[in-house]
Amino acid sequence: MFKRILAGALALAVPFAAGQAMAQEKVLKAVMHADVRVIDPVWTTQTIANIHGALVYDTLFGNDADQKPQPQMVGKYEVSADKLTYTFTLRDGLKFHDGSPVTTKDVIASLKRWGAKDGVGQRLMGFVTKMEPVDDKTFTMVLKAPYGMVLESLGKSGSSIAAIMREKDALTDPQTQIKESVGSGPYIFAKDQWVPGSKAVYLKNKDYQPRTEAPSSFAGAKVPGVDRIELVWISDPQTAMSALVNGEIDFYEAPPNDFLPMLEKARGVKLMKTGKIDSTQGFIRLNHLQPPFDNVKARQAMYYLINQEDFLRAIVGNPKYYKVCPALLTCGGPYESVAGREWMKEYNPKKALQLLKEAGYKGEPITVLSATDHATITPATQVLIQAMREAGINVDAQSMDWGSVVTRRAKKDPPAQGGWNIFVTTSGGVGSANPVLHTWIGAACDKGLFGWPCDAKIEELRNAFGMAQTEEERKKIANELQGRAMEQVVYIPFGQWDTPLAFRADKIDGIVPNTGLAVLWGITKK
Amino acid sequence: MTAYIVRRLFATLPVMAVVALFVFFLLRFAPGDPAAIIAGEDATAEAIAAVRAKLGLDRPMVEQFFVWTTQLLQGDMGVSIFSNMPVTRLIAQRLEPTVALTLSTLFVAVGLAIPIGVVAAWKARKLVDRLVMGFAVLGFAMPGFVLAYILIYFFAVQWQLLPVQGYQPIREGLWPFVESLILPSVALGITYMALIARITRASMLEVLAQDYIRTANSKGLATDRVLLLHALKNAAVPIITVIGIGIALLISGVVITETVFNIPGLGRLTVDAVLKRDYPVVQGLILVFAGAKVLVNLLIDISYAFLDPRIRY
Repeated sequence: MFKRILAGALALAVPFAAGQAMAQEKVLKAVMHADVRVIDPVWTTQTIANIHGALVYDTLFGNDADQKPQPQMVGKYEVSADKLTYTFTLRDGLKFHDGSPVTTKDVIASLKRWGAKDGVGQRLMGFVTKMEPVDDKTFTMVLKAPYGMVLESLGKSGSSIAAIMREKDALTDPQTQIKESVGSGPYIFAKDQWVPGSKAVYLKNKDYQPRTEAPSSFAGAKVPGVDRIELVWISDPQTAMSALVNGEIDFYEAPPNDFLPMLEKARGVKLMKTGKIDSTQGFIRLNHLQPPFDNVKARQAMYYLINQEDFLRAIVGNPKYYKVCPALLTCGGPYESVAGREWMKEYNPKKALQLLKEAGYKGEPITVLSATDHATITPATQVLIQAMREAGINVDAQSMDWGSVVTRRAKKDPPAQGGWNIFVTTSGGVGSANPVLHTWIGAACDKGLFGWPCDAKIEELRNAFGMAQTEEERKKIANELQGRAMEQVVYIPFGQWDTPLAFRADKIDGIVPNTGLAVLWGITKK
Repeated sequence: MTAYIVRRLFATLPVMAVVALFVFFLLRFAPGDPAAIIAGEDATAEAIAAVRAKLGLDRPMVEQFFVWTTQLLQGDMGVSIFSNMPVTRLIAQRLEPTVALTLSTLFVAVGLAIPIGVVAAWKARKLVDRLVMGFAVLGFAMPGFVLAYILIYFFAVQWQLLPVQGYQPIREGLWPFVESLILPSVALGITYMALIARITRASMLEVLAQDYIRTANSKGLATDRVLLLHALKNAAVPIITVIGIGIALLISGVVITETVFNIPGLGRLTVDAVLKRDYPVVQGLILVFAGAKVLVNLLIDISYAFLDPRIRY
């Protein structure tokens, strides 16, 4: 009997001892805004896939906190006098997680795949005539015309980073997801421990050689500060908040605005703004293909329905976290502009209706795609619908989940046949700060984003921005671009708000404030 | 009996076929497009179309159904559109937490509900009975997720006795495993417990009014023997039926409980797959749930024959 009890006690003690051994490891438990379901940062533009990508892969350049590109995998580079040939040399000691060295063949194949899929990459590759290896560590990129955004594009941290993969992975069709996520970045993806929809595990890359410069946003030293990172997916925000307060997790990337006052008061928890211009910009997109918004006067009438304070109070509440920003380029960003702001000076529903009628609106239903399950888009859509009804507009509010909005907004048919007139969405403040990276400001007709604004002048200005050689020239073009885009109403902004992250200040240290993408390198456990 | 079981097992095949047909076409008719979700926020219509074509979602629906059922007959449930992992592997990864949660809930609910139902019937119309019935009404009325948040607030955040969320497999230690299941089991089991307690009481009251119970009491049998051996056994058939029905309730309740307590089980996998329109995963899960339900019904039918010798198949 005694032996049996002893055996039972030992059986229970073994896993306990194993648990203690595990506890020696420094583990960072982080809850991000979404779960890691896709491990290919090029195949999708989902931000979470890029957060995964930033841990596992490295990039040639990284944009710093001022959005200036700094070398990352590149040791040195040269630009020819005519600005047509870039010569890049990789720094020493770069190795993939399988032990193989990073060579220019891997780099070129990766850039080709990224350039075939990502919007910014496509724009860059439109200028590239060839990329050729000089040797295993040096390669050249030759352009057909000078392009001022080469390094910024390679170092971007928003959607679809220019991740450097092994050549054999990078040769995968860009429309097909890669099967293995093996990079040369600071953390190694533990695929065998991955439970999609629940947990993704990353182990410290002991062979990684960080740069010596101080970390700054997506640039500088990427020091793997803990042995193991667990991205735990907690879909219920209330539970995630309680888990942070209880110390079960260390880092909460995107706590909803409603919880910020509670987190501010929680012992051991701190809130942190993630970068100088990191924010969210909310906006209303009109369908330029369908009446009444195929008429610019009808689109301009909608400006009179927007009081940004109404939207921001509904979404955020606390003015500490939001700012009124009647602009398309991020307020506080390097190309912030006042051009076109006169369109948004007055909230006047009666005038809106009058202008709509003058533009030919005869009371037809206007279909608004109303998301019901989104923390910010749902309240913003309700504010808009209320303003439209107050003006006397015939609103056909179609309630659906966000997934359905995403599907339906791609339809170009008339609203009565499954199309739409209006939907509300958001954009990251970093991407929106740069006219080339900011795809929603484009007006490329059928080739553009949903709503399909069509204006040759806007596209001309965006191209000119990309080719500008001086900062002064860029600012001038950005100003002109915003004025034109506001006049054409590519979209209607309803404000800008911060998205602070929350973390256990008593447990972790060294968070690198980023701009555009939460990164977890640099974090150490106390 | 064996012939009956074999016959019933074969009868599940057309049921599963109908389920497969419905789930496939209902999903396709529902709004939403996985290609748009994969392509991301900034994708153009052309980029979405390219993803859709690559996933084979642009092919005629009948063709897609044929491909899926052919795979299914070979034991292959397909591959997740998002994670690229086989659906069978995804389900296998999530099976343990759900089974553990369901069993622990059954254990808590049945283990508590039957005794309190028996006591309520024994002490009918007295204070204990009224308390039990009050609890049953409250258990029915309170949504599981509300109770879940209340439990988390007090037991995890305020008193720090139990974890807020997560699941610890039994291989990581017995106590962490039990600890991670206490609050979810109570939150999930409360409605179930109320239902079983109520039915136990009603069924016991009916049996306790029978002549043979009066006889048993008259000949001086101890109360516990009368209640447990004579009354409860004869009252068991409706109780077992309700336990069976309750398993269906548990399956739907698991979805919410797993979300609130962040348990990586089949319920959360279902919600995530539905929201992402991950068709192969949703299809696989519905088939598994339907199969489980059919199996539970079969087990209950078989148990009747053991509990009541008058029932023969």
